[in-house]
Amino acid sequence: MDSDRRTFAWLLPAIGAVALALLPAVLTPYTHDLVVKITLYAIFALSLELLVGMTGLVSLGHAAFLGIGAYVTVLASGDGAGSALRLLPMAMGAAAVYALFVGALSLRTKGVYFIMVTLAFAQMAYFVFHDTQLGGGSDGIFLYVKPVIELGGTTWLDLDNKMHLYYSVLAALVFTYGLLALIRRSRFGHALAGIRVNEQRMRAAGFQTYRYKLAAFVIAGTLAGLAGFLLAAKDGAVNPELLSWHESGAVLLMLILGGIGHLRGAVIGAAAFMLLREFFQTEDLVGPLASHWQMTLGFTIIAFVALLPKGLIGMAMPRRRRAAPARPLEVRHD
Amino acid sequence: MDFATFLVQCLNAVQYGLLLFLLASGLTLIFGIMGVINLAHGSFYMLGAYLAFVLSPHLGGSFIAVLLIGVLLSAAFGFVLEWAFFSFLYQRDHLQQVLMTYALILVFEEARSMLVGNDVHGVPIPAWLSGGFALGDLMSYPWYRLFASGACIVLAVALYAVVNRTRLGMMIRAGASNRDMVRGLGIDIKVLYRIVFAGGVALAALAGMIAAPMTSVYPNMGASVLIICFVVVVIGGIGSITGALVASLLVGFVDTFGKVFFSEYSGIGVYLLMAIILIWRPEGLMKRGF
Amino acid sequence: MTEGAPLLSAVDLTRRFGGLTAVNAVSIDLDVGEVHAVIGTNGAGKSTLVNMLSGEMPPSAGRIRFDGHDITRWSQPQRARAGVGRSYQRTTIFPEFSVFENCRLAAQATHPRPWALWESADGCGASVRAAHESLEAAGLEDQASRPAGLLSHGGKRQLEIAMCLASRPKVLLLDEPLAGMGAEESERMLALLEQLKREHAVLLVEHDMDAVFRVADRITVMVNGEVIASDAPQHIRSNRDVQVAYLGEDH
Repeated sequence: MDSDRRTFAWLLPAIGAVALALLPAVLTPYTHDLVVKITLYAIFALSLELLVGMTGLVSLGHAAFLGIGAYVTVLASGDGAGSALRLLPMAMGAAAVYALFVGALSLRTKGVYFIMVTLAFAQMAYFVFHDTQLGGGSDGIFLYVKPVIELGGTTWLDLDNKMHLYYSVLAALVFTYGLLALIRRSRFGHALAGIRVNEQRMRAAGFQTYRYKLAAFVIAGTLAGLAGFLLAAKDGAVNPELLSWHESGAVLLMLILGGIGHLRGAVIGAAAFMLLREFFQTEDLVGPLASHWQMTLGFTIIAFVALLPKGLIGMAMPRRRRAAPARPLEVRHD
Repeated sequence: MDFATFLVQCLNAVQYGLLLFLLASGLTLIFGIMGVINLAHGSFYMLGAYLAFVLSPHLGGSFIAVLLIGVLLSAAFGFVLEWAFFSFLYQRDHLQQVLMTYALILVFEEARSMLVGNDVHGVPIPAWLSGGFALGDLMSYPWYRLFASGACIVLAVALYAVVNRTRLGMMIRAGASNRDMVRGLGIDIKVLYRIVFAGGVALAALAGMIAAPMTSVYPNMGASVLIICFVVVVIGGIGSITGALVASLLVGFVDTFGKVFFSEYSGIGVYLLMAIILIWRPEGLMKRGF
Repeated sequence: MTEGAPLLSAVDLTRRFGGLTAVNAVSIDLDVGEVHAVIGTNGAGKSTLVNMLSGEMPPSAGRIRFDGHDITRWSQPQRARAGVGRSYQRTTIFPEFSVFENCRLAAQATHPRPWALWESADGCGASVRAAHESLEAAGLEDQASRPAGLLSHGGKRQLEIAMCLASRPKVLLLDEPLAGMGAEESERMLALLEQLKREHAVLLVEHDMDAVFRVADRITVMVNGEVIASDAPQHIRSNRDVQVAYLGEDH
């Protein structure tokens, strides 16, 4: 029975991935673009889920790593087509380095302090790109040619090609999802869960909890950097608003919309948020409210958090008592 | 840099720091007593600034009247807002508080846009505070900035007096360290919270009103000042008014002189200061408590 | 009982909080094969003492030696991995995990391997074995798959001990393990303690005097942060100072 559960747990996300792979056949250019955007933000949301859902660390500055990944991609590209084989590691590496710096310092604080410090460090990165020569100012910078993979004279991957981009983003999502599922079932993941529930107990048992949290923080930042690379490749441009606290707030929102504590939740939440935002901004659907979409979004968030704190997934899962949980967490690996 | 310029910058640093202190003390009071992290605090600052803009023409240019009415209005607004919204946040976890107050910012910004529009507005400096006094041969320092500093100092002293010398202050300090005990003593904690919250809003709005003639009034003005406010609270220690004062002045100096010496990178100076404090003393400069 | 130096030896431990001295020059030794109980009135400084021994609070003065090392500056996780385990007065189990996972996770601390991401935690032989053993020792083997939050209060206190045992400690610092327990549950716990002391050095902080006099081999009495007596139970019972300190206390 346990192995049945395990196979079943992989089935749903696997079906989802296959569905996404087949989708381009039926998508219009607008919806194609939307799906790529949603998938990309799902990666971003998943990276934060590692921190918030699995480790219990609420970071309000996660957009910094998305932005750094994007900016480094553009800055290191130069005038010609950059090699994705070089740019992707650079983007993720830069995000990892900043995550190490921010994590090392902010994890010396707890609770509300931690939230404020992560926000402040994201703001610092924002200012670097907004004010200094490095970033090209408030307008941002353009990517002249999108990254490619060129080996032995042939271009294997060209991110300017819509299909290539689509499947690259999908592959990145599958990778991220799979990595996090693996982490969750590993010793590291179980330790993170213990830290989330009761850090003091973990220390009493002998875990050096600071190191675990820092590792989670860096991994989360690196994965956000991956999303940043893809974002730069998709949009062909970056601007400082990518690091703004609106972006950091939005990704937290995606998690709570979908349901914290579930990997599926991050993906569902990203989709729900992007669709909601599109919805609230479309005049055809909401009429005169479209120009005041911020307010509509604001009220929706309040209603959601107040009434459905467990998110969409919480709504779908009936309140049933688990008789014999085989896994430590009440949540499944999907 | 000659002495006059140095003095001007020092005065600017102190003035900025004191204004930050008003904001930060409101934030630290609300967090220290009620345990709510409030991202919308910057919006109260913006509220004050816009109140100053809106009330100015109607009150025949009496700046003091504008300040008084503004404080009363914002305190009343805070009172109602606590009753209608914030009182529900006390039981929630930090993430939910963050998201709810973030949503509040969105609502406030949109409301401002609908009521007053998106233009940048100026608020006139009252005639009796215009002009400046001479510092050295070339420089003069505006009277208004001196007034701003002075007003902040008066408010800081008043705040200290209320918190440390009145019964209300005693209840506030007790409520900060032991909520259940306070309830047990028969003090209506709900009303206490409402008063504290209204006070926090009033302080933030007052800061906005005082700042308005200097910074002018524009959309999103609350956002950047809020994050600096957070930095002040982190450096100074949550729940410590004295810590907020020391930290605000520190931030004021780092920011002002940072702009003078490192213009391009000045924006990040404050955060580097925070990083240094985190390495040295993660709990903040002062321990918890007033 | 034991030859040579005690397994854990604290000398002149002091802890000051501003103007208040919570613990003043307290010395205490723990040996394998004995239960050393610490009793005292409320506010006597017992919890602070345990916190200093476990590593949660640094002492203002004094030294702690354990198994030949000076561990005064060691962090709590370091001490735990070296063999100093503790249980808490208020239950600190992981309610959402199963009883088994509670112990397995605690045991994992001594076999961390955090980088081995491809290995499932449930497949970690060492921690699984340790968890089974400590659950059996605590008598919770039959409840292994229940969510820990659903245990009775007594069951949770037992789990608290089991988690402490899962990391194979040599020293057990037990902070009021009998708190809130009924007669039957207390009996079970005391039997467990008798069993445990054979192979561990046990420090027991307790208010239940009957239990203390039943199971302790040595008793240290603290009043206002200081030790007023430290001796075998029968001598403590007849000690004048102790009687004066406890006048009016019935347990």
